[in-house]
Amino acid sequence: MRAVVTVVGKDKTGIIAKVSGFLAERKVNILDISQTILEEYFAMIMIVDISDSSVSLARLAEECAEMGGKIGMSIHVQHEEIFNAMHSV
Amino acid sequence: MFNTNEVLETIDMVEREHLDIRTVTMGISLMPCIGATAEATAKKVYDAVCKKAEKIVKVTQDLSLEYGIPIVNKRVSITPASLICAPFAEKSHLIGKALDDAAKAVGIDFLGGYTALVHKGMADYERTFINSIPEVLASTERLCSSVNIGSSKSGINMDAVKLMGEIVKKTAEMTAKNGGFGCAKLVVFCNAVEDNPFMAGAFHGVGESGTVINVGVSGPGVVQHAIDGMPQADLTELAETIKRTAFKITRAGQLIAREAAKRLNAEFGIVDLSLAPTPARGDSVAAILEQMGLESVGTHGTTACLAMLNDAVKKGGVMASSRVGGLSGAFIPVSEDIGMIEAAERGSLCIDKLEAMTAVCSVGLDMIAVPGDTPATTISAIIADEAAIGMINNKTTAVRIIPAPNKKVGDEVNFGGLLGRAPVMPVHGESAEKFISRGGLIPAPIHSNKN
Repeated sequence: MRAVVTVVGKDKTGIIAKVSGFLAERKVNILDISQTILEEYFAMIMIVDISDSSVSLARLAEECAEMGGKIGMSIHVQHEEIFNAMHSV
Repeated sequence: MFNTNEVLETIDMVEREHLDIRTVTMGISLMPCIGATAEATAKKVYDAVCKKAEKIVKVTQDLSLEYGIPIVNKRVSITPASLICAPFAEKSHLIGKALDDAAKAVGIDFLGGYTALVHKGMADYERTFINSIPEVLASTERLCSSVNIGSSKSGINMDAVKLMGEIVKKTAEMTAKNGGFGCAKLVVFCNAVEDNPFMAGAFHGVGESGTVINVGVSGPGVVQHAIDGMPQADLTELAETIKRTAFKITRAGQLIAREAAKRLNAEFGIVDLSLAPTPARGDSVAAILEQMGLESVGTHGTTACLAMLNDAVKKGGVMASSRVGGLSGAFIPVSEDIGMIEAAERGSLCIDKLEAMTAVCSVGLDMIAVPGDTPATTISAIIADEAAIGMINNKTTAVRIIPAPNKKVGDEVNFGGLLGRAPVMPVHGESAEKFISRGGLIPAPIHSNKN
């Protein structure tokens, strides 16, 4: 099962390291990363595989949101189907 | 595959534009619960709702987290209770109490279906059942009631219309200390639909299967935001943008509905494509109409704007889901929409204009407070007018009106939460008593004879 991780917030050092480390601890495999800086804002979108994840998707979403709060970033983890459903005919 | 902008757009819709799944409603058939006595039936009814809906709160919480879309309400609708209570109608309140207890036990905020369908005639047990509504609404918290008094196929049962004016008044009086709150849980319908997921008018029709999940999507804020950046666009372009937005919202709803049905061992019923406002700023249907170019909702042009909005929402939604149903259209509940509240307060929105608006959208005169001394026959006449619009136009119309005890025009009733606050609006002072007292049936219109 795949999910989309979105990280948005003010740019600073070490965001990718923190997020990817956090995901690795939970055995979440990163399949794809795209990242841009819009003005001063950092926006990263990761496609991840959560088939071997040590926590459920719902729990992962909660934990990532909480971790994001600690580092001043907004982090969402969502089932990829929501984007397929909403944005393709 | 989706791109970065689409992902960020979706997150913006939720975080800034109030996109949500307004309700996941489980429809449950209670026909197998009819027992030999009211007491035995009440127990069966309680057990059935608790068992079937046991996991609804947990499942919707999980779905909300997994897909990143808030699910605001979890609810249950049941077989019209007048059928369940038929053999012992004088004890209908026992079933009402059992349903309210079950709603509390499973942790849902409303359970709908304390309902009678009397659009053509009213059996003795139905009259007895309807007479129990005020007391039941006053003594329960989470139970919602509705009565269907007319249809395009059968006409309008004016005896039931007369009775419902009295029932609405009595319900207000019995819940006077809460501003007549009981009336916020009571809907009088013409052409009621059997798969409506929205409260207070939801019930699980007899033509439905055993357990069904119906989902109501929302998102007035998303539509408003979409047309916000188009000040120069003509109305054809606006309609196109609304359609596209409705498509996305509906797709999200359908995905949640299918998944919820799977996890709750129920059938996927329908997605109801309604634009349902909340009292939060930025989540208002009135604001969309004003964004289209009206200085205030209620002014000339409002009906045309609403007609276009309602139609565009349906077109986008129908494209997005193969199973569209329920009420599907824009809602205009006065107390639940900050733009409507403000327009009513400044006097630009009156009941007569709202009535005209109900001819082109779903559903009807919704959450409107009127003076507490409004006669029952005037309320019946308001119901009759709405029912006539529904009957002739082959659409659902409804009246959810609160004759607020001891309040007069200019006062306000505050229900709090999603039900919001309602400014008390004026009604016509001239009497309709003689008309209402005639009773009988307004015959079905000629165009109902299609066979």
